[in-house]
Amino acid sequence: MRRTRITVAATITAAALAAAGCTAKSDDSSKTDDSDGLGPIAITASDTACEVSDKEFAAGHMQFNVENKGSKVTEVYILFPDEKILTERENIGPGTKAAIHTEIEPGTYEIACKPGMKGDGIRQTIKVTGKAKAKTEDPVLVDAAALYRDYVQQQADMTLPLAEKFAKAVKDGDLEGAKKLYAPSRIGWERTEPVAESFGDIDPKVDVREDGLEDGQKWTGWHKLEKSLWHDKKITAEDKQLADQLVTDLKDWQKRVGGAKITATSMANGAKELLDEVATGKVTGEEERYSHTDLVDFQANVEGAFTSYGLLQKVAAKNDPALTAELDKQFKSLFTLLKKYGAGEKFVSYEKVGDTQRKELSDAVNALAEPLSNLAAAVVAK
Amino acid sequence: MADESTPEPTPASGSPSRRSLIGWGGAGLALGAAVAGGGVAVATRGGDGPRTVNAAETGAAVAFHGAHQAGVATPVQDRLHFAAFDVKTTDRAVLVQLLKDWTRAAERMTAGLEVGEGTDGKIAEAPPDDTGEALGLPPSRLTVTIGFGPSLFERAEFGLTDARPEALVELPKFPGDNLDAARSGGDLCIQACADDPQVAVHAIRNLARIGFGKVSIRWSQLGFGKTSSTTPEAHTPRNMMGFKDGTRNIAGTDTAGLADHVWVSAEDGPAWLAGGSYLVARRIRMHIETWDRASLREQEDIMGRTKVEGAPIGRQKEHDEPHLKSLRPDSHVRLAHPDSNNGARMLRRGYSFTDGTDGLGRLDAGLFFIAYQKDVRDAFIPVQRRLARHDALMEYLQHVGSAVFVVPPGVTGRDDWWGRSLFESTKEA
Repeated sequence: MRRTRITVAATITAAALAAAGCTAKSDDSSKTDDSDGLGPIAITASDTACEVSDKEFAAGHMQFNVENKGSKVTEVYILFPDEKILTERENIGPGTKAAIHTEIEPGTYEIACKPGMKGDGIRQTIKVTGKAKAKTEDPVLVDAAALYRDYVQQQADMTLPLAEKFAKAVKDGDLEGAKKLYAPSRIGWERTEPVAESFGDIDPKVDVREDGLEDGQKWTGWHKLEKSLWHDKKITAEDKQLADQLVTDLKDWQKRVGGAKITATSMANGAKELLDEVATGKVTGEEERYSHTDLVDFQANVEGAFTSYGLLQKVAAKNDPALTAELDKQFKSLFTLLKKYGAGEKFVSYEKVGDTQRKELSDAVNALAEPLSNLAAAVVAK
Repeated sequence: MADESTPEPTPASGSPSRRSLIGWGGAGLALGAAVAGGGVAVATRGGDGPRTVNAAETGAAVAFHGAHQAGVATPVQDRLHFAAFDVKTTDRAVLVQLLKDWTRAAERMTAGLEVGEGTDGKIAEAPPDDTGEALGLPPSRLTVTIGFGPSLFERAEFGLTDARPEALVELPKFPGDNLDAARSGGDLCIQACADDPQVAVHAIRNLARIGFGKVSIRWSQLGFGKTSSTTPEAHTPRNMMGFKDGTRNIAGTDTAGLADHVWVSAEDGPAWLAGGSYLVARRIRMHIETWDRASLREQEDIMGRTKVEGAPIGRQKEHDEPHLKSLRPDSHVRLAHPDSNNGARMLRRGYSFTDGTDGLGRLDAGLFFIAYQKDVRDAFIPVQRRLARHDALMEYLQHVGSAVFVVPPGVTGRDDWWGRSLFESTKEA
């Protein structure tokens, strides 16, 4: 579908437009509605009211057209009865319009307009009728998610013995041995990091960098040990405890990771996030600033992204063959480029990678990450 | 094909009719023409009758299509974002497709429209086509101008070797140059100028995004204040040295001057370049702190003009003709004057820049010099050679970045694209 936005202001001549100080780019919310049932619901917000054109409608995809007729900037929330947010739109300026699109299931909701973007807002209750749409998920995607779950579990299972070996070397005070075991112990984690991060509490314990700490937060995990091994060049009694702690935290990960919420969309987004990790942490050399083993993580991140992609490739290729052709090409060229620097757990130190080479790696990451950001859409496209 | 995948700026249902759009675009064109005069007659909605406002105030659109690219003779906008790219792809077809995609995106952005399907793409799982920071902003006289560097013609896989214009030479090293390779050269360049910096940055950002995997930004430069104007009746802007710059610049309305000194004609050749030009960009760092310690007389003698009025030394008014012989032989005006350079003239379109301060607390500031000309061998090169050797101003300057590009002719319509004449006159190697 073609969704070209032409501005309201375009109707005015440029001269009048100039004189009136109008803008030529505005968010035109008068687009055609694509909801399953009723047309778009109009929400008219003002400083004192929050009017909703229909308070009862059928479940499905719904478009809300918000118009702020008040004098204050407003925001509109659609809330579950327990005040959890279904969706929201902030910063709707006076006199402007905004469209909110959402999938809405049967139930009771509250719409809150918040003039001045403060307080509980002016509330309206709406009722969404009908049956929850039976989710007819593509069996191929269900399989893909199941296979990916196996992969994630496998990576955790594989990581634990490696982490234990690393921890043992630390506890034995074996500085050189621990250095050798450090990077390999991280590979399984780096391949599946977005899943681990979805738990929220494990990542800050095992993979936080010093600059990522909050005030008062104790520094634990791999990177603390990295600093001791490479920068301080000594293993303290505390490090030995941290090595044990790392294993304990990773066991927690191993136990829970199989139960993570995994969908085709989260896999596709996870693949993109892994490339984000590379682009912001590894290409710059920030992730492994003492050990300079960034390329081991880099390779693992790309491998993890490639696994997700591989499982989704068929479905995506049906919907967007140009995209998958590009992704196939860019994955290949990134792997080829990485091969110049090593393989598996043996990569050159990132210190030895010059600025020109880093730029080349960065370009290759961007070349892959940009189309990868469209994988999720290609997977969910109907 | 690009033309199919690129949405025409036609209205969706509920949007204004195409007719009204044409009216709007047409007004934009008319304005563009009026703007060349420096001011714009604007009918105010209250019916107070026409008044003249500064062109920048209108936020109007500059026509993208034409025999020449916009952004050369166009009245100089307030802000710049200039980017040089390396071409990463080795596939001629991919490069051609990129140029088509870029052309369509530039066409939309200069009209004040969003790129592709816009910022609200409706598919929540996909990132929007347009990055969004120019939403709600007027076109701001955005112009987007492309150039091709010498290195592009040296890439055998693109089959452009034989089409390389003779005049597209690498610039020689000039005395005092301290060029940083990371701020020099490039296979392609995009000059985005607008009255609103956010609009200019938006243009480069979105083009770079479209280019990921095919091209990569080699360097880019922001400019915050125009240092030359192509509208002589407007105030001549000042550069970071506090002097008026570009008093004798070629005016955007000076058709004869443009034909003589800026536009490449069919006779000049090569044929594909008719209507094009050449662009020289130099990042010129100024030693601001030492300049500020120079006495007023010293500053004026070096420049060859008075500081406040900008009059040639020994004359009264800015636009008085300088008497070259009475100026110091090493003064900037005397050395740069066309009479000292066999009549060589360039259309200067530079911007001041300040990229914060360096590690010593010195302002990292200067002039991002941009000049358009018919042939660099007759214009920039001899003039700069003379300046680099003799100009007293050089004590306060250092050229740290340099690039030269050939600027293809304009895009004439929606079927046309940047570089079409070049690529259609050549074949894959």
